Amino acid sequence: MYAQMVDTGASRLRSREEMDADEQAFQARIDDGQKIEAQDWMPEGYRRTLVRQISQHAHSEIVGMLPEGNWITRAPSLKRKAILLAKVQDEAGHGLYLYSAAETLGVSREQLVDDLHTGRAKYSSIFNYPTLTWADIGAIGWLVDGAAIMNQIPLCRCSYGPYSRAMVRVCKEESFHQRQGYDLLLALCRGSEEQKAMAQDALERWWWPALMMFGPPDADSVHSAQSQAWKIKLLSNDELRQKFVDQTVPQAEYLGLRVPDADLRWNTERGHYDFGAIDWSEFHAVLKGNGPCNRERLQARREAWAEGEWVRAAALAYADKHAAAERHSQAA
Amino acid sequence: MNDARFECLLRLGDNALVLAQRLCAWIGHGPVMEEDMAQANVALDLIGQARLWLAYAGELEGRGRDEDALAYGRDAGAFRNVLLVEQPNGDYAQTIARQFLFDAWHHAELSALTASSDARIAAIAAKALKEVSYHLERSSDWMLRLGDGTAESHARLQAALERLWMYSGELFDADAHDATLVEQGIVPAPQSLRAGWLQQVGAVCTAATLTMPDADAWMQHGGRQGRHSEHLGYLLAEMQFLPRAYPGVQW
Ligand SMILES: [Fe+2]
Ligand SMILES: [Fe+2]
Repeated sequence: MYAQMVDTGASRLRSREEMDADEQAFQARIDDGQKIEAQDWMPEGYRRTLVRQISQHAHSEIVGMLPEGNWITRAPSLKRKAILLAKVQDEAGHGLYLYSAAETLGVSREQLVDDLHTGRAKYSSIFNYPTLTWADIGAIGWLVDGAAIMNQIPLCRCSYGPYSRAMVRVCKEESFHQRQGYDLLLALCRGSEEQKAMAQDALERWWWPALMMFGPPDADSVHSAQSQAWKIKLLSNDELRQKFVDQTVPQAEYLGLRVPDADLRWNTERGHYDFGAIDWSEFHAVLKGNGPCNRERLQARREAWAEGEWVRAAALAYADKHAAAERHSQAA
Repeated sequence: MNDARFECLLRLGDNALVLAQRLCAWIGHGPVMEEDMAQANVALDLIGQARLWLAYAGELEGRGRDEDALAYGRDAGAFRNVLLVEQPNGDYAQTIARQFLFDAWHHAELSALTASSDARIAAIAAKALKEVSYHLERSSDWMLRLGDGTAESHARLQAALERLWMYSGELFDADAHDATLVEQGIVPAPQSLRAGWLQQVGAVCTAATLTMPDADAWMQHGGRQGRHSEHLGYLLAEMQFLPRAYPGVQW
């Protein structure tokens, strides 16, 4: 998802008897559906896993501004320009709430941003794909924000209070984004042949990467089992992916677009769509840094940060001077 | 008469549109995430204002051109924005200096327009004024932070101010259209805003430890009449490419 393949540090799930008293009490609170707050005791593994998960999510919001930001200056009407600009601004806001949620766990935003810039931290694979046409802006809203919502609605119930509250706020905005993306595509699909072809091409390029956003099958993964026990992951990757396919295929039909999967068909017995095999070698290649835009994305973030250095330094120097002047005038 | 009002609405609309288009290029690339959000806010306000001004211009013109036809269908020579707003983003100091010089004028202009004898202009100005009060507050704050921040930020901002200064004089230019509209009580006389603007810019420069360039320095003119710098053509090429590549469709 926005946080894919989060390492929990666990090598196997431990039984209740193997936990010490603190851990037992902690797990009991989680099982009881209580929220864990920043000042509460928590196992180190829980804290570290959450930092990884929340920061991956935050980085994804921020890096995700780039492929969409790519089209703000080229939006084809003033109304669409305003909608896209407001959407990208929302994503910056999501990044900020999430960094704040991560900071409650004792890490600083600077550290997290540094981890992103040095390549130690990951962000969602999806943002390493290019936005080649205006239809891609619609496809991102519809599919990428759509997939994000699938994952984040359950996270509104996750065990960590600051994260769950951030998710509640974020989800409201994401569902707007999804509708706006769909509306953009609807306009193209009801437009000229060229516009419709643009929408079809976008679906063909974004469909498989969107399915990969949920991450590889994790039903047997230790990390996933541990995260589920801690209630910071509520559904498996495959469950989420299936829900997404089931929701999205009828929406594609309504647009009159063809999902690029020859194996896609409704399975009456299961009550779900069956779909074709995902090329996980592509996913792993993108995650390793070899997607079409990994280098550009990271470079853009690094450059923004490096070129902003003198601006941040000036703001800090100014604040310090004025705090000092204030102290001085109070002392006088 | 309507020709003059149409011109005046294009000037207001194009200033907002062209500056918004410049700010859009910062989103995702700003010095800190909070600034990406703030720049987006200002740009969103300006796009909203541009839409109101241009929609009204199109109605007055009566040739069926709506906000998008005006924004996407005119070549550079038909744009009426001042040269200041089309100047490149440069570094953050240049973006801030451009914003501040414009905001200080924009705020005074809109304040005066709230008393316009054209009720619709007065209403749009009143709405926009609330937004621009915040823009001016924010750009003034950044003038102080960068001017009185570090030696580097001070030098960068001073250089930006000097570089952009020659585009500030045009804000107070008047032509025959202005004369007509001033007489009808639709717009303020451009020159009448100059003393207040100089005083405000001077006060912020002093507080920011900057030297305000000479008020009587040589100034560039022509944007309001459609004679632009080389920069505008590229800005429009980027902004208008989709409707030009696919003419006559809805988006
Ligand atoms: Fe988001
Ligand atoms: Fe979103």
